[in-house]
Amino acid sequence: MSTIPSIPLDVLKPADFASDQDVRWCPGCGDYSILAQIKKVLPKLGIPRENFVFVSGIGCSSRFPYYLNTYGFHSIHGRAPGIATGLKIARPELSVWVITGDGDGLSIGGNHLIHAIRRNLDINIILFNNRIYGLTKGQFSPTSELGKMTKSSPFGTIDNPIRPLTVALGVEASFVARSLDVDPTHLAATLERAARHKGTSFVEVYQDCNVFNHGAYDYAADKSTRPDNVLYLEHGKPMIFGKNRDKGLRLNGLRLEVVQLGNGITEDDLLFHDEAAPDGTLAYLLSQMRYPEFPEPMGVLRCVDKPRYEALAHEQIAQAKAKAGEGKLDDLYGEGDVWTVN
Amino acid sequence: MLELVTQEAKQPFRKRVEELQAVTIRFAGDSGDGMQLAGTQFSISSAIFGNDISTLPDYPAEIRAPAGSLGGVSGFQINFSANPVHTPGDRVNALIAMNPAALKTNLPDVEPGGLVVVNSDAFTKSDLAKAGYTDNPLEDEALNARYRLVKVPLSRMNAEALAGSGLTAKIVDRCKNFFALGLVYWLYDRPLEPTLRWIEEKFAKKPEIADANIRSLKAGYSFGETTDAFAVSYRVAKAKIAPGRYRTITGNEATALGLVTAAKKSGRTLFYGTYPITPASEILHQLSRYKNFGVLTFQAEDEIAGITSAIGAAFGGAMGVTGTSGPGMALKTEAIGLAVMTELPLIIINVQRGGPSTGLPTKTEQADLLQAVVGRNGECPVPVLAAQSPTDCFWTAIEAWQIATRFMTPVIVLSDGYIANGAEPWRIPTEAEIPAIEVPTPQAVPNEQFYPYARNADLARPWALPGTPGLEHRIGGLEKQNITGAVCYEAQNHDKMVRLRAQKVANVAKVIPPVEVSGPPSGDLLVIGWGGTYGAITAACQEVRARGRQVSNLHLRHLNPFPANLGEVLARFKRILVPELNLGQLLLLLRGHFQVNAIGFSKVQGKPFLMSEIEAEILRLLDGE
Ligand code: SF4
Repeated sequence: MSTIPSIPLDVLKPADFASDQDVRWCPGCGDYSILAQIKKVLPKLGIPRENFVFVSGIGCSSRFPYYLNTYGFHSIHGRAPGIATGLKIARPELSVWVITGDGDGLSIGGNHLIHAIRRNLDINIILFNNRIYGLTKGQFSPTSELGKMTKSSPFGTIDNPIRPLTVALGVEASFVARSLDVDPTHLAATLERAARHKGTSFVEVYQDCNVFNHGAYDYAADKSTRPDNVLYLEHGKPMIFGKNRDKGLRLNGLRLEVVQLGNGITEDDLLFHDEAAPDGTLAYLLSQMRYPEFPEPMGVLRCVDKPRYEALAHEQIAQAKAKAGEGKLDDLYGEGDVWTVN
Repeated sequence: MLELVTQEAKQPFRKRVEELQAVTIRFAGDSGDGMQLAGTQFSISSAIFGNDISTLPDYPAEIRAPAGSLGGVSGFQINFSANPVHTPGDRVNALIAMNPAALKTNLPDVEPGGLVVVNSDAFTKSDLAKAGYTDNPLEDEALNARYRLVKVPLSRMNAEALAGSGLTAKIVDRCKNFFALGLVYWLYDRPLEPTLRWIEEKFAKKPEIADANIRSLKAGYSFGETTDAFAVSYRVAKAKIAPGRYRTITGNEATALGLVTAAKKSGRTLFYGTYPITPASEILHQLSRYKNFGVLTFQAEDEIAGITSAIGAAFGGAMGVTGTSGPGMALKTEAIGLAVMTELPLIIINVQRGGPSTGLPTKTEQADLLQAVVGRNGECPVPVLAAQSPTDCFWTAIEAWQIATRFMTPVIVLSDGYIANGAEPWRIPTEAEIPAIEVPTPQAVPNEQFYPYARNADLARPWALPGTPGLEHRIGGLEKQNITGAVCYEAQNHDKMVRLRAQKVANVAKVIPPVEVSGPPSGDLLVIGWGGTYGAITAACQEVRARGRQVSNLHLRHLNPFPANLGEVLARFKRILVPELNLGQLLLLLRGHFQVNAIGFSKVQGKPFLMSEIEAEILRLLDGE
């Protein structure tokens, strides 16, 4: 038996990541775009194809691993972070990705999601947020807006929606970002940054469910309204948005406010984005901004360096081995009081 | 009864020594009285002395139940003998009761005429009231007539022994378990050295505490020597034990050692993903110390993440293991199904406790057998093994990994609170005598398509690991197409895959040893058990046979699939008795599989069988009642 060499890294192309499976998402689903961007990003990372593992839960988005020619694990509802955690701890050299959705990640799997993020394993969690249950055909999800009428809420939902970025920041994620399915350039750039970040990267992608919640993000997706409803974050730059780039964000006490530039208000009065701020307060305020009161932030809200779980775990092992030597079973068996019968 | 006699007042005098074959003693006191520690020390000293031993710790579920209350009583029973021991003993020959609540809850288990040593200082008005006594039982004539009651002012004498130690009254009082232990050491002629050594090691950084404990221990011992409250001391001769090096080991310790061994022998990293739960947590505690063996322990956010992390590690090529008890097992059920569908090797350990729901967290039961064998959605076969004693947990863990890797399947290992916490002497194996576990890692073959669900002669699929070029593949919980592993909802394919998975698990029967019968190979009555009831059933059947009556017994380690010769063996007996700590779960499986005339014998009290209970049931059947 001989070993097949990996495809040389410099010649990996997006097509090398396509699997032989027919993609089964509905025509027009936002998932297609995310798949295309990930295929574009993977060859750029300098990682052999066989070292990628995509882990998912259950839902439309979770079919994702089948469509990539990497290692993949389509698991059970909500539990992808657990599987990814075990895999990453056991095999730190692998590039482990979690693909999840608003229902999978924030409803049934909410507990696993927050704990994976707080441990800061070096994994990438991509949450496709379409604000609806697609695979079960149209019930409201934990990110559906209050009052939304769906099959399971004919009189409107009475659940307050969860804000994915706020949740991630609440457990002190080291990398938090957002992008949009119909903005491929921004999406690819955001995914690439997430992939290169050392630590858990959490990316929320606004994704259109063409069938059950079409147009949920029109305010941000539509090119004519996007500039007024979306704030593109750039590290070190003032927070400006609007078709004419004449609006900005300012801090008033502990609250954000939208201001019109001019009439004495200059760029210098605006907030400057600092994704590397050691505390997450600014990122938190940004994560709370919601259309229509505010433009919604896109890009990297937070990117800081923090110790990674799997690195610490293996460091403890290395230290123990350095101190006590490689463990010997015979020593272990004979721990404690031992006596001999002749 | 007892006048306080100080050591100065009386010179040691020679007392009568009585020779006994076996003794069962029980230390009982408040949770804070250190009874588990005293019991453990007594066990180790007895084992080192050369007796065979078996222990039964019994502690409350509450960490700090109200002091002095009945619910807060903690006990530790030890059976030590000059002969082979199978159980912690039915009847208590000597009880050491540190307070009224301990006396009240444990007295019913003491044999008539048995020795009862009490800490008379604890029989105060308020502690009597907490135990629900209206009158002081120590003054009860009937009780004094029924037992050999010895009232020892233990708190006071312990305090006197530690006078001038400079320690606070509270700390001094905490040492009284060592005083009691010293007294019992004298009573049964045990060596002090193992405990002295243990104290010195344990309190190496607190010499004043070490010193106090040692003084208490020795004071208790000399009190036994000098007091005339005890006219006799006892000696239990060394047992005839196979030559070798020995230590004592609990079931949970043995499980941990077995797992580390299996990992090393198969060249895989042990990944233990789990969530703390009684009575399985000691496995986690133990494994988390073994960092220099490369053991990865992961204390997950919940039971589900415990098993899913182990599944993820298994996908990556590690030895994925999760451990839990009944309620946690319920939570892991869906993920076990995923491991069955993805055909990954995995070990799931269930240290059973009393159920349903939260049930009796610290008490033993065997009521999760059907859950293990059939308790999942869909046709979801999983091999199930059960350990029969503390030391057997070691070998069961190793065998589980052999099966898991050879057949690419999750394996459930059933232990229970009784064997997990109970201890017995363990003949220490050597690493060299344990065979290697061969686990292949497939590599791509040039010009050959890789199929993740192609199968070998056992019907196992290849364990292809991420990081291997050319073997990239996807697995998941959806039904697989035979051979290719692609998602497939086709009717005939599903039928085929369900049968393949069932046959694969059935194939395990080809590699497990046939069952062996103790006693006559055929006859009127066969007693059949599984798991932790091994000791009680074995002892009971030996007892019945020693009386010249005919009974056979066999003990099952493999509950799914059953050993290949089981049906044939069962057919050789007219009647089959199935003692279980549940309402008849193995009974149901045996009747269903073999259509045999089996009779159940159930006990669900959170306690193991007494040998005598099984013996009585056997005799009842033999006598045709
Ligand atoms: S149901 Fe919605 S989310 Fe699911 S594939 Fe169709 S369009 Fe996409």
